[in-house]
Amino acid sequence: MPVVLFLLALVAEGPPLRWGGDAEGGAPFVEADPRDPMKVRGFDVEVAEEIAKGLGRRAEFVQVQFSQIDASVERGDFEVGMSGVEDIPARRATHAATVPYYEFHEVLTVRAEDRNKYRTMSDLRGHRVGTLGGTMAYDFLLTQPVQTVTYDDDVHPYSDLRQGRLDAVLLDNIIAARRMPSIPGLFIEPQPVATGHYIVVLARANTAMRDRINDVLEARMRDGTLERIYRKWGIWDSYQPAFFQRVLGGAPPAALRAGAGAPLVLSYIPALIRAAVITIIISCISMALAILVGTIIASGRIYGNVMLRAILTTYVEVIRGTPLLLQLFVLYYGLSAVIRLPALLAALIGLGLNYAAYESEIYRGALEAVPRGQLEAARTLGFTETQVLRLVRGPQAFRLALAPMTNDFVALLKDSSLVSVITVVELTKQTSIFAANIGSWVIPGALCAALYLILSLPLSRLAGRLEARWKAATS
Amino acid sequence: MESRDVLRIAALRLTRGKREILRGIDLRAGRGELVALMGLSGGGKTTVLRCIAALEPFDAGAIDVDGVTLRAGPLPPRNMMRELRRRVGMVFQLHYLFEHLTALHNVTLAPTHVAAVARTDAEARANALLESLGVAHRRNALPRELSGGEAQRVAIARAMAMDPPLLLMDEPTASLDPARRGELGETLVKLTDGGRTLLITTHDDDFVRDFADRAVILADGEVVEEGVAREVLANPTHAATRALLAHQ
Repeated sequence: MPVVLFLLALVAEGPPLRWGGDAEGGAPFVEADPRDPMKVRGFDVEVAEEIAKGLGRRAEFVQVQFSQIDASVERGDFEVGMSGVEDIPARRATHAATVPYYEFHEVLTVRAEDRNKYRTMSDLRGHRVGTLGGTMAYDFLLTQPVQTVTYDDDVHPYSDLRQGRLDAVLLDNIIAARRMPSIPGLFIEPQPVATGHYIVVLARANTAMRDRINDVLEARMRDGTLERIYRKWGIWDSYQPAFFQRVLGGAPPAALRAGAGAPLVLSYIPALIRAAVITIIISCISMALAILVGTIIASGRIYGNVMLRAILTTYVEVIRGTPLLLQLFVLYYGLSAVIRLPALLAALIGLGLNYAAYESEIYRGALEAVPRGQLEAARTLGFTETQVLRLVRGPQAFRLALAPMTNDFVALLKDSSLVSVITVVELTKQTSIFAANIGSWVIPGALCAALYLILSLPLSRLAGRLEARWKAATS
Repeated sequence: MESRDVLRIAALRLTRGKREILRGIDLRAGRGELVALMGLSGGGKTTVLRCIAALEPFDAGAIDVDGVTLRAGPLPPRNMMRELRRRVGMVFQLHYLFEHLTALHNVTLAPTHVAAVARTDAEARANALLESLGVAHRRNALPRELSGGEAQRVAIARAMAMDPPLLLMDEPTASLDPARRGELGETLVKLTDGGRTLLITTHDDDFVRDFADRAVILADGEVVEEGVAREVLANPTHAATRALLAHQ
């Protein structure tokens, strides 16, 4: 009999309310429960549970990457998305969004010794300010006269600030507050830079559920449930009562907004082109480095003694056997205690040294492909070994290596997108920021693909022409 | 004619692994002589040339080229090598022209970079050489555009550009048709006119009879017979020589 009742209860409850959030975002939003890592906890988790209860359903958490929440909810991976989802015009334009349920502020965090130096955005003119990509803070920074540095997570901006790679971090006050204990020597400026709100996002067509959730959220504001949850997680502050009053008074979303208006597609194009230029610069310089180092490695492996050959072979195997992403992390973050490389330099060195290993194998193969008979013919004519390499072996090997080198350069052009993990904003990174901010990948993706093609097609053409010219060469 | 030999080889031995490739070779070539080194394939002819050109170290014996002596053991040091290279030129069976350079630049590369001859002088001399060998009209062609005979003549010009007193040629007759063989023979005889010595390997007895001064027959790493070319080939005394002639 109890079993039947339980089953009846299940049926009455209906299917669970699937809600998506990013547990990597961590406390106090959503984090894995230390006592049971299969479960999540946080104020967003409790708000989600209140919503589910209000709809007469059970909440079921779905893990999703923060930047993909909008796309996933639209695709139907879950019904509602929340975990610090910001109320921005682009989101309201492309998805169904509820009333806001929390008011936060964008605050500046600086090194404690700079607390009187950088108090406002205007104090930071020309300086490096870090933030999370695809957020309101990022959009806001783009309108400011500062150098914006974007991150994929909210830990590294603060550690880079401590190490001097940044002069300030602009992020939600909740995020700033929770990073304080783990990174000493930082200070949060009390004056908020901008105000924003968290909302629940749903698929565009799902307005019926959106309206029901609005009712639930307003009821929980009225009866003090949200205040209890926020107090429990230490995020209740003096701004919330007035904010609740405005929501309950029916203020339209626009009135709740602060900061810049909707970002237009066109406004991103200069940034995309600038990012494409950065991609070209990174690719060209790292390729030059790869060619130089690759030539040295290949020569060493052919002409060097046993010891040198062993060292170079090890280098090539280690580089080729580990992910480029890992190498970039080690170079930028891992070595930062010993040598603090600027991001762009770390990117150039990382890509250059990685590709050098591949280039060296091409050159070694090409050098060995030049017939031994030609080398002997050159020796009988009286050339020294260096001259044989420079005048006979090298030039022919170069022609043999040209086609695979072109392929590598095109590959490098695309691999250069990996350097975004160490805060360099190149074409792909800029595109993903662009996509996150306008809430769609269609236009940014097409523009980005077009730019890569514009960069890579002429390269292939040029290499083809050079090859043809050398084939017909008279000297 | 000067009596001193340009090339003298004494008791040359070379072993690779367990195989004895050369088993005590004695050989000499006088100034202006065209000497043919004959024998069946695998008899060690090419190895002898490679030893003389210091491309191959040997195990015993000595090679003297116009006053420079190579001894058994590792290849000689650089300064001695330079002296040797000045005295010995080599034309390979497969020519091994530098594939990335035109015929003309194949010929001028060594004079300009090894002998520091001015580019215009080197080109003038290269053009004259290509002219005398009948391939001047191909001076701007790349090696892969040349026929076998043309490539051979460019390779000869390349070796001649450094003006070595001794020129080695490995199997120059191998890939030529009879008409071309005659032309080549006349060319080689002309090369010896100025006192240059030619040592060629071949198993073409007609060619040797018509153009060589002396013939040296090699079999199983040993010299089995030698003398004036026509006489040796007319009256072979050794079984290996007879086998060689029968083989043709």
